[in-house]
Amino acid sequence: MARRISVRSKVLATVGAWLVGFVIFFPILWMVLTSFKTELAAFSTPPSFLFFEWTSENYTAVEARSDYVHHALNSIIIAGGSTLIAILIAIPAAWAMAFAPTERTRSTLLWMLSTKMMPPVGVLVPIYLLFRDFNLLDTRSGLIMVLCLGNLPIVVWMLFTYFKEVPKDILEAARMDGATIGRELLFVLTPMVIPGLASTFLLNVILAWNESFWTLNLSTLKAAPLTVFIASYSSPEGLFWARLSAASTLAIAPILVLGWFSQRQLVRGLTFGAVK
Amino acid sequence: MGSITLQGVRKSFGPVNVISGADLEITNGSFVVFVGPSGCGKTTLLRLIAGLEDVTDGRILIDGVNVVNVPPAKRGLSMVFQSYALYPHMSVRSNIGFGLKMAGMQRSEIARKVEAAAATLNLSPYLDRRPRELSGGQRQRVAIGRAIVREPKAFLFDEPLSNLDAALRVNMRVEIARLQRDLATTTVYVTHDQVEAMTMADKIVVLNAGNIEQYGSPLELYERPANLFVAGFIGSPRMNFIKGRIAAENGAATIGVRPEHIAPVRDGSGWSGTVSVAEHLGSDTFLYIDGEEIGSVTARTTGEFGVNPGDRVKLRPDPARIYRFDEQGKAIHA
Amino acid sequence: MPLDRGLTLSLFARRPGGASGEQRSGSGVAATQRTRTLGRLLAAPSIILLFIWMIVPLAMTVYFSLSAYNLLNPGSLSFVGFQNFEYFLTDPAFLASLLNTLVLVGAVLVITVVLGVLIALLLDQAVIGLGIVRLMVIAPFFVMPTVSALVWKNLLMHPVSGLFAWIASSLGFTPIDWFAQVPLLSIILIVAWQWLPFATLILLTALQSLDDDQKEAAGMDGAGPFSTFIYITLPHLARPITVVILIETIFLLTVFAEIFVTTGGGPGLQTTNIAFLIYSQALIQFDVGAASAGGLVAVVLANIVAFFLVRIVGRTLEV
Repeated sequence: MARRISVRSKVLATVGAWLVGFVIFFPILWMVLTSFKTELAAFSTPPSFLFFEWTSENYTAVEARSDYVHHALNSIIIAGGSTLIAILIAIPAAWAMAFAPTERTRSTLLWMLSTKMMPPVGVLVPIYLLFRDFNLLDTRSGLIMVLCLGNLPIVVWMLFTYFKEVPKDILEAARMDGATIGRELLFVLTPMVIPGLASTFLLNVILAWNESFWTLNLSTLKAAPLTVFIASYSSPEGLFWARLSAASTLAIAPILVLGWFSQRQLVRGLTFGAVK
Repeated sequence: MGSITLQGVRKSFGPVNVISGADLEITNGSFVVFVGPSGCGKTTLLRLIAGLEDVTDGRILIDGVNVVNVPPAKRGLSMVFQSYALYPHMSVRSNIGFGLKMAGMQRSEIARKVEAAAATLNLSPYLDRRPRELSGGQRQRVAIGRAIVREPKAFLFDEPLSNLDAALRVNMRVEIARLQRDLATTTVYVTHDQVEAMTMADKIVVLNAGNIEQYGSPLELYERPANLFVAGFIGSPRMNFIKGRIAAENGAATIGVRPEHIAPVRDGSGWSGTVSVAEHLGSDTFLYIDGEEIGSVTARTTGEFGVNPGDRVKLRPDPARIYRFDEQGKAIHA
Repeated sequence: MPLDRGLTLSLFARRPGGASGEQRSGSGVAATQRTRTLGRLLAAPSIILLFIWMIVPLAMTVYFSLSAYNLLNPGSLSFVGFQNFEYFLTDPAFLASLLNTLVLVGAVLVITVVLGVLIALLLDQAVIGLGIVRLMVIAPFFVMPTVSALVWKNLLMHPVSGLFAWIASSLGFTPIDWFAQVPLLSIILIVAWQWLPFATLILLTALQSLDDDQKEAAGMDGAGPFSTFIYITLPHLARPITVVILIETIFLLTVFAEIFVTTGGGPGLQTTNIAFLIYSQALIQFDVGAASAGGLVAVVLANIVAFFLVRIVGRTLEV
């Protein structure tokens, strides 16, 4: 910065920013704090902020519930599986669009993006019925399929942008060096796009992990991921706030960590390049 | 063992003709430069030879074999890209040796050749570094090393010096020329800088809007330009062109005379004009002169010629060095 | 500390051609025929899959929307033409849900964009510990909707034991019974909280792509901070704001989980939006025909927004 930033404006900005950040983050913070309270303390007024009896009983209770682990496993399998499959399907398409574009490529890509803009609720009925008739309701494979197809446009799009960032002439240099297409992919392209692949995987795992529409409607118990499990705390008997907080903290902690690493990918993946 | 022939090579992108019917014979071991303004097609022509683009029509023969349908990997050519195009995830050693690895050479053999090439280019201390740790000049030498180590039939250079600063550019020019002489490999070199072309080439191809305007040695192009375009492109400062009465006097639609062939005098006979800008370099003087009949003319003399803007001068062109061009811009030879 | 430099190219950056400006196959078509054919082959699986994923359910939705079919009565499938549409569109529940949808989307947009711009401006300053602040601001977007909704409903908004109730009564006000008195507003707050990070992040990225040079030039031309904002910053943000609005709209039209987990659409229809209405028709009342008709309405609405978004994306898309 050519201009000298006054200490005063720096302090003001810092204080302001931290204040804003704290206010926005507060609900999460509050939830984490609550998870360490006893159920009674969680529910009582006035609420205590830091000086309460910290306990980990809620976490042990949650983990003892075998169905928590079951649902967590489902989340991992469904989010991880659907993203992995989406990436495998998307890689050739993204490669083709980035390195072998035709006159149609542009409209194809835009069309793919537009499929992501379709409201899932618009096809809730047929999907539900198809799932019912093919015994896919409440199955992990069914959910993996739906989430995979739902995220496929974003995966293709993100891989496309990462592939495009590989300078064309490095690939041409490989060709001049005598590499066939296969070896060009193996020795030159793949090492250069691994960061991009990782980023795409990261963001889409997060999106799949948090996906609530299809998971709430297409699963009940066996295949239900954490989104559904948490939702079960909404019933009136679920007055287990502390336990809810503990379960929620466990459910979102990994994603928050991953999410911090994928801020840039968020911009890239969800604005479809309209904002750079 | 490295001759390249182009026969009727044409390239169009849709309705746009980028290269129109190029015919060219590049003999083995020669250094040929493609030169021309932006968009003239010189890089496209190079890429056609390399195989990175398909020809729309015509044949490209390398050592007598038509390679138009042969992929770039199998043409036996090496290319040095303008951006160097080094593999960022590989060390300098692996960068240089990549082509040999693709050719299936033995590891020990590859190591030997890479070290030899690195030594020639003063890259030995950098063999284990990554491209991002190198300076522009070093990266360029790695790109050259990668090209020479494969002992190809020909080298293709795509404006390799444009990304270097001026001083480095001059050094590298000399190095590349020396290298080519030592290796005696056919070289096709693309540049927009006519000074590079004149200093490095055995023969120059001047391109304009997809057409080959002239193909000859640097001196031929300087002394016997085939048309207005070549005359105006080769030589710095640019040749002066004069139309009107003075041209007609000489039996042409346009006459051209180079600044270095015009002697300015303070008075006497000659074309009259007023100095608008005078550049005193000590070793030379460049005068930019405006005159009614001659328009804007540049004159150059060796040594100091003490005039100032606003002074009136007379210009005496060397009559033996006046070029004549007809209405179509073609040179009229005596 | 700018976000990835590679992403902070100016919004209006054109792709530079080769140094000599030569025409290359950068016209967007692959260099050789063989690569083009290979390309078509490789793209095929994705295209085919997405096509099926689009067409089959959509076709079925159209089919069902023209039939009467109740899931509780499997043999009842019969063709009834546009009856479902008539029913759906004249159902007062539909109008109410449409209104709720518009209010929900509109309010969230206003909150997230306005606050997003302000926060982005704040974060664009020299802030110590910006990384952590960014993490705090971004976090809500990564919390799953069901967790967000329940945390807000119970821990914060509960009229007796929630934190807001405690704050209100400490200040001498009666606590608001959020979900009883202002259910739609409650949902709006929850959704806005979740999407604020998205808007902030996008706008911050865009802000950081604005060269200091422009602002300094404005300063030398005598512009104060407010004028600089109005004449330089805001126009620069026009496009990202539009993108944020369009993308948020598309996703906000189908807010579902938050409603499902907190109010179930109630009290009455006060928090029923189009998405929830369709859901309740399909899986609560099992009226497939009406739900399908509703689904098509939702698709049409989303398409209108998608049309504009695709146009904007298409403008910057370089293939």
